[in-house]
Amino acid sequence: MWFFILAELLVFGVFFLAYAFARTRNVELFNASQLELDQLSGAINTVLLISSSYFVVRAVDQIRHGRSRSCTYWLLAAMTCGGAFLVLKLAEFGAKIEAGITMSTNTFFMFYLGLGFFHFMHVVLGMVILGAVTLKAWKGGYSAASYSGVETGAAYWHMVDLVWIILFPLIYVLH
Amino acid sequence: MKYKSQAVAKPYFIAAIGLFLGQIVFGLIMGLQYVVGDFLFPAIPFNVARMVHTNLLIVWLLFGFMGAAYYLIPEESERELHSPKLALAMFWIFLVAGAATILSYLLVPYASLAKWTGNDLLATMGREFLEQPLPTKIGIVVVALAMLYNLSMTVLRGRKTAINLVMLVGLWGLAIFFLFSFYNPGNLVKDKYYWWWVVHLWVEGVWELIMGAMLAFVLIKVTGVDREVIEKWLYVIIAMALISGLIGTGHHYYWIGAPEYWQWWGSVFSALEPIPFFMMTVFAFNMVNRRRREHPNKAAVLWALGTGVMAFLGAGVWGFLHTLAPVNFYTHGSQITAAHGHMAFYGAYVMVVLTMISYTMPLMRGRAANGRVAQMVEMWSFWLMTVAMVFITLFLTAAGILQIWLQRVAAEPMSFMAAQEQVSLFYWMREVSGLIFLIGVLLYIGSFFIKGKSEAATT
Repeated sequence: MWFFILAELLVFGVFFLAYAFARTRNVELFNASQLELDQLSGAINTVLLISSSYFVVRAVDQIRHGRSRSCTYWLLAAMTCGGAFLVLKLAEFGAKIEAGITMSTNTFFMFYLGLGFFHFMHVVLGMVILGAVTLKAWKGGYSAASYSGVETGAAYWHMVDLVWIILFPLIYVLH
Repeated sequence: MKYKSQAVAKPYFIAAIGLFLGQIVFGLIMGLQYVVGDFLFPAIPFNVARMVHTNLLIVWLLFGFMGAAYYLIPEESERELHSPKLALAMFWIFLVAGAATILSYLLVPYASLAKWTGNDLLATMGREFLEQPLPTKIGIVVVALAMLYNLSMTVLRGRKTAINLVMLVGLWGLAIFFLFSFYNPGNLVKDKYYWWWVVHLWVEGVWELIMGAMLAFVLIKVTGVDREVIEKWLYVIIAMALISGLIGTGHHYYWIGAPEYWQWWGSVFSALEPIPFFMMTVFAFNMVNRRRREHPNKAAVLWALGTGVMAFLGAGVWGFLHTLAPVNFYTHGSQITAAHGHMAFYGAYVMVVLTMISYTMPLMRGRAANGRVAQMVEMWSFWLMTVAMVFITLFLTAAGILQIWLQRVAAEPMSFMAAQEQVSLFYWMREVSGLIFLIGVLLYIGSFFIKGKSEAATT
């Protein structure tokens, strides 16, 4: 899993560099297009993901002490935040599509929609992984002695969060 | 050889080697036609020689993959093949259909062939690498389905390992993606999409699974390293291959009329495609260094290590060389592409099939390894072919750089044919390297006929 996480970070890293490179070549276009983004929705989503990461940390802490039931609840809380992130993100994408903005509109929107959707799919995958871990935890499949599954799921989820923490300021805020 | 039915691989491998020789001969013919334009004209025009050269490559590699699958799957599944008779019947059907197709390319004008084989019913012909007439395409599907049925039944009822599952998924993918070759839309952009979904998703997608499984199988056998270790590597390699290779298809969309964002997505993802190939190199060397036994078949070990290195150089490095959109803007469709194509196909797929043949053929002939002299000749053939291929690649790369400069970058660009004239020295040197490659192939074939004290069969 660590290898997989590093590979994912590498892909996003290359895209962030590409974004920076493309932006320096057309700063005005990027700044003008950036104003059309919904910064509030992005900020709420940031809070949601950071909270969910905290919940996942609590879940790992609980299972370390052998408390599977409480671990399950923390995981469910994390997934709720993840779900809310997806809903907000869909609303954002929907608004952009309604406004007639596509990946071909300009380079900025190519990055915004492309990277945003790519990250979106990672949140979906993260939810699937957390879902599987939650189910197993609910059935008492982990214990204080054996909880590497919870840790693995948490590590992946942190990666998804980490990418967003870079993506949000980079694309939504930095002028 | 643990199971009797594994022996069906033998005719597949023999046919593969025979067609390999044919491919090289036609490569030499067209290599000469680059510099002596009317060589063998009108009997074998350049376009026909090229079609035969590339189609023979694909067909013999398919024979190699099928043979490898028929050998590897029963052993991994720990049971006899579901139906050896079906496998043999498919061999003959594929061989006859393949030979008839190649002969028809050579003997009949392509347009007449299209007319006689029902291309007006369902137009599938005329696209590079997928030139086969309709009956041949249908034949390929039938042979592939019969093979998949045969192998899937074997795996379903036997032991499931990472190796036989990856191999099977790869072969299923191969068959499924080939179906795109039956759809030939009138819109040129769409046409290119479907064409790449066969060509790219084969060589930079599912074929990598097949290759990974074959390499892992041979490495387990010749090094004795724990299966768990090798399977972990295999999973990581194929995950990386799929992550980078699937969206990496975008590097073919740059200039075909697809949306511009593909220049970013294609560049970023295909820039990662060398990673799985680099991992294969590390994998092969790592496993051989950690070997727990000295396998008597030194030639097979050499082929396995060579596959790792040459696949990384040919597919990874030479692919990366021209995969970024701003670079590809200049290099697109030049001799750089040809250089990459040659070393990538040789390093990845030719060598992995020869690795498998090198390991299995002695076993199917009742010994663990060939005698010292036969192995020495085989290793000579390895070095001759590999070094010749390195030079073919370097000469084509040099030709490509010069071609791009003269034709696309210079202040007063030359026409295509004028630029070709200027790079002819490199084509001559490529042809000489090709002759050395042919000597390598002949030595390789010769190594099968060398008698001598062989190592006793152990497995």
